Amino acid sequence: MSFPWAQEYKPQAPLMQWLDERLPLPRLVYNAVGAGYPVPRNLNYMWNFGVLAGFCLALQIVTGVILAMHYAANAGVAFDSVEHIMRDVNWGWMLRYAHANGASAFFVVVYLHIFRGFFYSSYKAPREMIWLLGVLIFLLMMATAFMGYVLPWGQMSFWGAKVITGLFGAIPLVGEPIQQWLLGGFAPDNAALNRFFSLHFLLPFVIAGVVILHIWALHIPGSSNPTGVEVKQESDTVPFHPYYTAKDGFGLGVFLIGYCALLFFAPNMLGHPDNYIPANPLSTPAHIVPEWYFWPFYAILRAFTSDFFFIPAKLMGVLAMFSAILVWFFLPWLDRSPVRSGHYRPMFRKFFWVLVIDTLILGYCGGAPAEEPYVMISQVAAIYYFAHFLIILPIVSAIERPAPLPFSITEAVLGKDENAVLAPPAVPLSA
Amino acid sequence: MIRIISIFVGLFFTVALLWSLGNGAAAFISEPPHETVEHAFHKHPKDVHFASDGALGRFDNQQLQRGFKVYKEVCAACHALRHVAFRDLAAIGYNEDEVKAIAKSFEIPAYNQATGEVKSSPGIATDYFPPVAYGGQGSPPDLSLITKARHDGAAYTYSLLTGYQAQPAELLKKFPDAKTPDGLHYNPYFANLNLAMPQPITSDDQVTYTDGTKATVDQMAKDVSAFLIWTAEPKLDKRKQTGWAVLGFLLFATVLAYMAYRNVWAGKKGH
Repeated sequence: MSFPWAQEYKPQAPLMQWLDERLPLPRLVYNAVGAGYPVPRNLNYMWNFGVLAGFCLALQIVTGVILAMHYAANAGVAFDSVEHIMRDVNWGWMLRYAHANGASAFFVVVYLHIFRGFFYSSYKAPREMIWLLGVLIFLLMMATAFMGYVLPWGQMSFWGAKVITGLFGAIPLVGEPIQQWLLGGFAPDNAALNRFFSLHFLLPFVIAGVVILHIWALHIPGSSNPTGVEVKQESDTVPFHPYYTAKDGFGLGVFLIGYCALLFFAPNMLGHPDNYIPANPLSTPAHIVPEWYFWPFYAILRAFTSDFFFIPAKLMGVLAMFSAILVWFFLPWLDRSPVRSGHYRPMFRKFFWVLVIDTLILGYCGGAPAEEPYVMISQVAAIYYFAHFLIILPIVSAIERPAPLPFSITEAVLGKDENAVLAPPAVPLSA
Repeated sequence: MIRIISIFVGLFFTVALLWSLGNGAAAFISEPPHETVEHAFHKHPKDVHFASDGALGRFDNQQLQRGFKVYKEVCAACHALRHVAFRDLAAIGYNEDEVKAIAKSFEIPAYNQATGEVKSSPGIATDYFPPVAYGGQGSPPDLSLITKARHDGAAYTYSLLTGYQAQPAELLKKFPDAKTPDGLHYNPYFANLNLAMPQPITSDDQVTYTDGTKATVDQMAKDVSAFLIWTAEPKLDKRKQTGWAVLGFLLFATVLAYMAYRNVWAGKKGH
C-alpha cells in the first residue's frame, strides 16, 4: 500500500507496544498522515486544499452539532429559534456565523481542490477511484448545504426549497408524485423542514465515511504532484510528517485568517437579506437565488429557455444541471492524454483557463436576475462548459503534442537526477 | 467508444442551448424588453455613515437611546419589535430601574389557555416587545431584523425615512400609467416606488430629545436607523472585538507556523 522505502512504525513506549499488538490505531495514523507516508517532494500550495477541506468538514460537524442543541426543527418556531441562538445563547452568534460561513469556506476550498484536479489531471489512472469518490463527496456536500440553508426557515429557505424540490416535478409522468413524496406535502412545510433537518444532520457523517474511502484510495498510488511524473525512487519523496504537516499548518493559518475575517467582520456578506424575513408562502421574493456556491449550476438550469423537440425546457435544464456534475465522473476516460500535468500540455492549458473564466461567468449569471443579457450570456457560457468536457477534452487529448517531461520529480526539483541517464524518458516524446 | 458517445452527448446539450439562445435572441430583437418604471426611477440608498460602521466602529449608546425614543414614539404605533426583550435595553445604557419603567409602559397581552381570555398587564423586564395590532392598509413588517433583511441595511431605512417626495412630473410623462395609487405614497428608495406607509417623521422636534441634540428630521431618521442596526445585531460590538483578538492570535500563530515550515524544509531545494 505504500512505497518500499516508507518508514515503519516502531512503538517505543511499552503502552504503545501493547496497544500496537492489540489495536494498531497509532500505526494507522502514522502510515496515513505521519512519517510512514512518503509524499512527492514537489507539491505546491494547491495541494493544501485536501487537508483544509477535511478541516472544514470537522468544523461544520462540531459547530453544527452544538447548533442542533439549540435549534428547533418546527416550521412554527424554527426562525425564532435561530434568533434565540443569535441573541440569547452564549456565543451563539459566533457558532451560527461560523457554521454559515463555514459552508462557504468549505465550498471555496473544495472548488480549488477540484480545479487543482482538473489542471493536473489528478483523475487519471491509477487515481480514478479517488476522483470518483471525490465527485460523490461534492454531490453529498451540495445536498447537505441545500438542506442546511432551508433550516432557518426564512424567505430564501422556503422559496429555495420550493424551487429545488420543484425540479423533481420536471420528471415525466412520475415527477409530481415524487415531488410530493419528497416534501411530505404539496409545498415545503413542517414535514419537509423536519426531514431536511434529519438528513442535514445525517449526511455530514456519510460524507465523513466517503472521505475515509477517498483518503484510503489516495494511499494506494500515493499523492499526485505538479509534474505529473510518478514517484520512482526515494529521493522523489519526503515523509508526510514533518514536511507536509508543517506546510499544512501554515496553510491552515492563512485559511483561518481569511475565514475569521469573514466570520467576524462581514458574516452576512455571502448570505441573502431575504433570509432574515420569516418564510411566507404567500409572498414570493422578487429574485429567488440560491447560495453563491450553487450559482454556476443554477445558471445552467436557467439557460434552457425553449423546449427542445419533445423535451420541455424545464426538464432539459434539470438534465443539464445534473449532467454538469455527472460529467466529472467520466473525466478519467474522456481525457486520454498520457501526460497529466497542465504544465506540459500547452493546448489543454489554454482551454483549462477558459473553463475557469467560463465557470466564473456562469456563477455571476446564476446570481443575477433571470433577464437579458444574463440569460444569453449564461447560454453561451453553458455551451462552452459542456463542449469543454464532452467535445474539446477528448479531441485535444488526441491531437495535442505535449512538452517533454522531466525524468523524475527529483530532476524537476534539483535540475538533475543521476539515475536519469540510465533510463528512457517517462513518456515517449511522440505520444 | 466512450469518447464518441461523449461527443454526441456534448452536441446534444450544445445544440439544445443554441436553440434556446436563438429563440431568446429572436425574441429580444423582435420585442426588445421595455424599461420599467422601477428600473428608471428606483434610487440606490443615500451615502450615510453610522458610528458602528467598519471594523473599528462601535455603537454610540447616546444615539441608540435617541433612536429608541423615535421608535417608541413614532414607529411603535404600527411596527413590532418581537425579537427584542426589554432586558436587552440594558446593553444600550439604560439602568435597571429605567428598563423596568420602559417595560411597564408597554401592555403585554397574555392568552389564558384555560379560560380563553386575553388579559393585558404591564410588562416586566423579561418580556419581549408586544405585537402591534394594525388595521390599516399594507402590512408593517416587524423591525427587529429590518437592517439585516434589506439590501444596504440602515442606509436603506434612513433613505426611505428621508426620501418621501412628490412624484416627479418626468415620471408621469414617461409612464402615464404609473401614477401613485390613492392611499400609497411615492418614495424612490422603495423597491416598487409606492408604499403604504405615509411619511412617519415629518417635522423637526417631532420627538423631544433630552440630551441636547437637535431633533431634525434627518437626525431622527439617522438615530432610529442606528437603533435598528442594534436591534438586528445586538452582539455587533462584541463580535468585532472578538474578531480583532482572534485575528491577532491567528496572525501570530501563522507567522510561527511559517517559520516552522521554513525550518523543517531547510535544505530541501525548491522550497
